[in-house]
Amino acid sequence: MSSSHMLPQSWIGWCALAVGALVLAILPFYVPSYYVGLTTVAMIAAMLALSVHLLVGGAGMVSLCHGAFYGVGAYTVFFLSPEGSPQPTWLTLPAAMLVSGLCALVVGALSIRTKGFFFLMVTLAFGQMLFTVLHDTKLGGGTDGAYLAKPILSLFGYTFDPMSLPRSQRSFPAYYVALGQLVVTYLALAFLLRSLFGRVLHGIKLNEHRMEALGYNTGLYKLGAFTIAGVFAGAAGHMWSLQSGFVNPELLAWHKSAEALLMILLGGINSLAGAIIGAFAFTALGEVALSLTDRKLLVQGLVVLLAVIVLRHGIAGIRLRDPRRWLQSIRSSGKWPNLTVRKPVQEARQND
Amino acid sequence: MIDQPILQTEDVSRRFGGLFAVRNVTFALAPRGLHAVIGPNGAGKSTFVNLLSGQVQPSAGRILLRGQDVSGLPAWRFPHLGVTRSFQRTNIFKSFSVHENVRLAAQATRVFGKDIFSTVRRTAHLNDVADRAIERVGLADQRETIAGILSHGAQRQLEIAMTLAVEPQIILLDEPLAGMGQDESERMAALMGGLAEDHAVLLIEHDMDFVFQVADRMTVLVEGKILATGTPEEIRRNAAVQAAYLGDNDVH
Amino acid sequence: MSAALLSQLLNGLQYGLLLFLIASGLTLVFGVLGIINLAHGSLFMIGAYIVFFVVSKVGSLWIAIPVAVICGLALGALLERFLFRHFYDREHLDQVLLTFALILIFEEVRSLLVGNDFHSVPVPAILDFSVPITGTFSYAAYRLFVIAMCLVVAAVLFYWIERTKMGAIIRAAAEKPEIVDILGIDARRIHLVVFAVGAALAVMAGGLAAPLTSVYPNMGSGLLIISFVVVVVGGLGSVSGAFWAALLIGLIDTLGKAYGSSLVSLPLGQVLAALASMSVYIVMVAILLFRPTGLFGRRA
Repeated sequence: MSSSHMLPQSWIGWCALAVGALVLAILPFYVPSYYVGLTTVAMIAAMLALSVHLLVGGAGMVSLCHGAFYGVGAYTVFFLSPEGSPQPTWLTLPAAMLVSGLCALVVGALSIRTKGFFFLMVTLAFGQMLFTVLHDTKLGGGTDGAYLAKPILSLFGYTFDPMSLPRSQRSFPAYYVALGQLVVTYLALAFLLRSLFGRVLHGIKLNEHRMEALGYNTGLYKLGAFTIAGVFAGAAGHMWSLQSGFVNPELLAWHKSAEALLMILLGGINSLAGAIIGAFAFTALGEVALSLTDRKLLVQGLVVLLAVIVLRHGIAGIRLRDPRRWLQSIRSSGKWPNLTVRKPVQEARQND
Repeated sequence: MIDQPILQTEDVSRRFGGLFAVRNVTFALAPRGLHAVIGPNGAGKSTFVNLLSGQVQPSAGRILLRGQDVSGLPAWRFPHLGVTRSFQRTNIFKSFSVHENVRLAAQATRVFGKDIFSTVRRTAHLNDVADRAIERVGLADQRETIAGILSHGAQRQLEIAMTLAVEPQIILLDEPLAGMGQDESERMAALMGGLAEDHAVLLIEHDMDFVFQVADRMTVLVEGKILATGTPEEIRRNAAVQAAYLGDNDVH
Repeated sequence: MSAALLSQLLNGLQYGLLLFLIASGLTLVFGVLGIINLAHGSLFMIGAYIVFFVVSKVGSLWIAIPVAVICGLALGALLERFLFRHFYDREHLDQVLLTFALILIFEEVRSLLVGNDFHSVPVPAILDFSVPITGTFSYAAYRLFVIAMCLVVAAVLFYWIERTKMGAIIRAAAEKPEIVDILGIDARRIHLVVFAVGAALAVMAGGLAAPLTSVYPNMGSGLLIISFVVVVVGGLGSVSGAFWAALLIGLIDTLGKAYGSSLVSLPLGQVLAALASMSVYIVMVAILLFRPTGLFGRRA
């Protein structure tokens, strides 16, 4: 399909993804266990970024509440299986997805009518609301957070105990669960974006007004996307609890949403795989920064600043550019990108 | 007209701030034929179309579709009730192909429930509907072209194809000829003539020659109010219209 | 009226007025420039740190605050000239990410320069006493001073916006951005001034708050969100809206926090306490649902 530029265009793209998954699949046997854990964290970030991509890349909705649904997913595990009484994953995962999805449904139903700046602000406020509940009250361990019992890896009556593995391989189960979940998340979202539903979202992103005139109840489609994204964010949050065994209110903070947006921007907003690339790039960036200096956030901030200014199509977008354009842009590097009329601002205001 | 009107307005007004864009308009559209609405710039023609297609809600009065009150319904309901429209400024999805644009239009009123999660390939019926609409406006050989690189005239044709894909009974066209050349206008005239045989077509147009050539009925709108309604012949002879409008050479 | 309640009301007033200093800049910057500036809270933090630094060197708050305001103007002008100017026509997403990156950078630079410790700034000796308000209740003079200062700043700001020629242009631009181009005004100058003034207001708020709250990392981040709530409740681009909304939100937040924890002992106490801590956001959502343009928003 000519315009499905959200997804790999050809078998080459799919092969690249398959190779990537394969590399991830054998990685733990070749790297120190520290990097196994780190890659798991990157994969969790990638899942969150993927779910945000459904909103931003798919439907053009910039939400600052998304991190909160991720946190809600993790806290659901905490409430179900507090420290000392672990529950099986076949219970905790659907529960986390359900609770996050319900939160997203309620927040979405109340905020979907707003657009542009107001949508940002309303989602920010809702996210902060959920954050405040867990931060200011003792419901979930308060400010400091709390330990939880990692859910037992159990499915269809078969239970797997990480403790049965040699010490050096105890991080493997979480790693492979994360990898599996990442693959499933990617495929599910790829399928969703390619379906008729995805085409409608894309139309809404391009011109919501026109879609309405064509007969689409755009609010309903946006709410659907918002809820589905919330469900996947909850699943990512569940994976976080499985990996770390710890929750704190920071999981719900709006910074989490902003980070996910950064990953998407870094990886390239026009492709679903960009979310994964961005998440890995962002995690790697933090790691490299840490090894060079203890100012991790400074490096990340500067790189993001640079990315926002220069890299308008993200890492995945680089290959799309004609090499000649690169030369041009280097020649005209004195100029800032895109200093044209202020029309989009006005447009944004009208939308507001 | 013997036929019961399919779309009516009863004393409809629309204010923006203190200004009336449309004032106390009572209007009827027959189920067949081409009804042109003319008037000078700022006469409220576009607002009138926006009212009929639900983009704008009336401040007062009622809009009746097949006798049912539809004023206040959200815009997305109108295509489901058989009312579609085109826009004055070309309003297509420029990064989509011609076929995709039209298929998106066809999908709006046809796909619900779990079918929405099926892929494009499995929806042969949508593709057929889209192809028929594309053929009717004469874009069949540009089916796979990206809409953004079509000529201006072809983009306007595509816009019409999108309204047809809904298979409506009522088609509202807001200045479909804007910016078109002579050849393209003639083709569009033929297309509209064909549409008017089995649809109610409401046309807003600046080009007087064109309007008098194709319209079955005409309504003249001035300052938000209806000055006259009738056949082109009656309008041509109407003294008030001549005084207010046709005698004025500045009109285009 | 009990002394405790009176004290909370005064605290709410003082907090609300500080919020106004932050939110007025935010609302002007969005209204006139169309920019969502998440780094606005960092400017508050920077103000507090500048005051801490100057006071620790010179020992006088009366020098520190003007210094902070001047630094704020300069910083705002630099940011506008070299960064924000290039983002007016960008999407909200880019603006969000740009300003998020700025937050990270500001915090890290602050950490590099002064570390991550908490610092306290002494209240100037001349204001280090309590003013008796009723027979049994007295209130810190410095807090009253902050209230007075904020009111003075608000009055100057209103005069500037409502009575001067430049203010008229700014008001027009906040309502209808095209107007600046139509009138042939040098839009860049207006943008520079608005951004610099907005930054200076936030910096000044941080400076005034420093002796009250102590100075600590990330101190602006909580206020940022509340300021956005104020902007939305007051209506985008409306300074007077921001004023009343800031007072409203300041009072609600202060009272909610002060009395929320005492609700825990009641039945359903946890839920009530949670609701009290969210009260500000609930107000905002309610207002947005019933009056989508905010209490004083003129733009539809």
